[in-house]
Amino acid sequence: MTVSTHEANVLGEDPFETANLLDPYPFLGLLRDAGAVSYLESTGSYAVAGYQEVYEVLTDFETYISSGGLGPRDIRKDSGWRPPSILESDPPIHTVMRRALTGVINPGTVRALREPFTPPAEELTEQLAGRERFDAITDLAEKYPLRVFPDAVGIPDVGREHLLPYGNMVFNAFGPENYIFKQAFAQGDEHAAAVMRNCQRENLDDTGFGAQIWKRVEDGFITEQQATLLVRALLSAGVDTTIFGIGNTISVLARYPEAWARLRENPKMAKFAVDEALRLESPFQKFHRTVAVDTVLGGVHLPAGAKVLVFLGAANRDPRKWGDNADEFDLDRNASGHVAFGMGLHQCVGQPIARLEMEIVLQQLLQRVSTIEPDGTPVPILHNVLRGFESLPVRITTG
Amino acid sequence: MAGMPGQGTVVQAGLSKGSEDLMTASAGATIDVVVGRADIVADQVVSLVLRRADGLPFEAWQPGAHIDVHVGDGLVRQYSLCSSPEELDHLRIGVLHVPDSRGGSKAVHALLPGTPLAISAPRNNFPLRESRRYLFLAGGIGITPIIPMLEAADAAGKEWTLVYGGRSRKTMAFAQQLEDRYGVDRIRVVAEDEVGRLDLDQVLAMPRAHMLVYACGPGGLLGAVEERCMGWPPGALHTERFVASTLGAAAANAPFEVELARTGSTVSVTNDKTILEAVEEVGVRVLSSCRHGLCGTCETQIISGEPEHRDAVLSEEDREAGEIMLVCVSRAAAGCPRLVLDL
Repeated sequence: MTVSTHEANVLGEDPFETANLLDPYPFLGLLRDAGAVSYLESTGSYAVAGYQEVYEVLTDFETYISSGGLGPRDIRKDSGWRPPSILESDPPIHTVMRRALTGVINPGTVRALREPFTPPAEELTEQLAGRERFDAITDLAEKYPLRVFPDAVGIPDVGREHLLPYGNMVFNAFGPENYIFKQAFAQGDEHAAAVMRNCQRENLDDTGFGAQIWKRVEDGFITEQQATLLVRALLSAGVDTTIFGIGNTISVLARYPEAWARLRENPKMAKFAVDEALRLESPFQKFHRTVAVDTVLGGVHLPAGAKVLVFLGAANRDPRKWGDNADEFDLDRNASGHVAFGMGLHQCVGQPIARLEMEIVLQQLLQRVSTIEPDGTPVPILHNVLRGFESLPVRITTG
Repeated sequence: MAGMPGQGTVVQAGLSKGSEDLMTASAGATIDVVVGRADIVADQVVSLVLRRADGLPFEAWQPGAHIDVHVGDGLVRQYSLCSSPEELDHLRIGVLHVPDSRGGSKAVHALLPGTPLAISAPRNNFPLRESRRYLFLAGGIGITPIIPMLEAADAAGKEWTLVYGGRSRKTMAFAQQLEDRYGVDRIRVVAEDEVGRLDLDQVLAMPRAHMLVYACGPGGLLGAVEERCMGWPPGALHTERFVASTLGAAAANAPFEVELARTGSTVSVTNDKTILEAVEEVGVRVLSSCRHGLCGTCETQIISGEPEHRDAVLSEEDREAGEIMLVCVSRAAAGCPRLVLDL
């Protein structure tokens, strides 16, 4: 059987250009409209932005592999800046690590976190409710995950200041080595060394997720190096993304006062609001996969070794999947199926933790804040693959 | 969340499973059938062919389906269908005689051709979902629901294999027929007395893209499969678990009521519906994702009533505590006509 193929549409626009990073959506619309698969001259990679193609690339982990790295370079040929993480591995290596991690982080173990995770959110939102204006990023979104998540992993207080800069390095490295990348890596060695220290068994407390991962070494499931890498994965992936998730949710709700009013009446709906906000403003916007064998996607021939840039944030706004109001926040929309946490084999293990943090913060805010609206222009963050804000001034009323 | 990879229905397979469950007996209309053939197909395993007493064909059913069999004295047992869904003039079940069972399998083993019997219409809690590849795993009599699945996957031209484990070939019903029909490349019979126990580490070491795993067998086997499939894509694993008759758990879908404490209304959950579906029908929203009991998203607090957990997510402690349930698959326990949920 022969499959008729056509050439990918060649696009000159650069997704990593400053303007496209600060406001990605016009470019993403253009990319979706250009065809199922495009070729980006600027990065030398193929690109998928429609829900169907993104879903296919994410779920076919044999054709679109991860061991080539999530950045534009193929780390199989050209070793990466750090030992490959679980995110940069394929079965069967990935399988062993994933199994160990899923045994430690799952809905059952995460449920127990609601109790310790709630008081810090009460405290933070109580303080903010006493003010008319605050910055939803610097005063809340950046503070909360750093209060609760490192404790859940069980790392010492010393060295926590390196978590955000390290996360910034890890994620920016999924894009090209541009000025943003270079800035993120300016004190890279120092941050990486500090985070790696906190991944060692002797530096982790006895009850957190970190210790439980190391327990799998004692059980003979994984090696010491794999345990270190898994704790590192938690520390690098679990902070920035959640900060952006919280910030993005507030940024959306500040623009939709009716939704806020409805949530106030029914705070149980907070988790729906979080899910829809994750769809609309997905913190993790894009990463690369590597084509393992010659294949055809959306009628376009993709050669082995090619890189494919997967635009999660565009798939989550694809009108063919979400309808004509895909660019709008709709509290009544069923957002399940969005790919903000990925999909399939590499789907985010920490998803229940992130959702829990986001839901708790939103519920606590809803209890205390009657209205919330933008107070000046939000400042988007300049980041290669994450979408979020540096500053999001809001004005609130309470009562 | 990326957690547990399996859809688990705690329903019955071909074992003498199920329970003395009066709720089940009244769950729906019964169909009068007559035992056509009764053949010993392996040690302690009898295959029964059932035909409708009125000579009509059975309604269409899909691979993975089971029926209730009213075996007399108010006993109801559930058995997976192992005939072909293409042949509706009869149904076939395979029944393992369990020495310590409370009489269900013994009663079934005593059935002779010509015996009249009442059964339910086929129901399916273990449906074969569309995919490109399948790995089927059967332990012992757990082969029964898998047999129609093999036929369907094969007819659709899918890539598939079966790994079938058991104590010895003479205890493994249908092993020879399956090898003859599909060939030993696709049917891997692992008899413990010949080659040792099934090596699940080896069988499940390498997840495949677009491959679903369908596993049916005793709890120990399925627990081991679930553990190994934690490294597979979420949602890849689908299981059906025997319910040991001594556990007394209800295996059929009986109707019950759910009171929504927050909403202040009550909905009926009929046997063809999940709690999630029934609740959504009256306009109450529940956050859900996989809708197959494997992601944990629809976890709901139980205010009163006793659940029957059919998910693959909750730990044993959670199940025993009875404070939460996954409403996409779990139901009310036998003898619990009403659940009160925090919805």
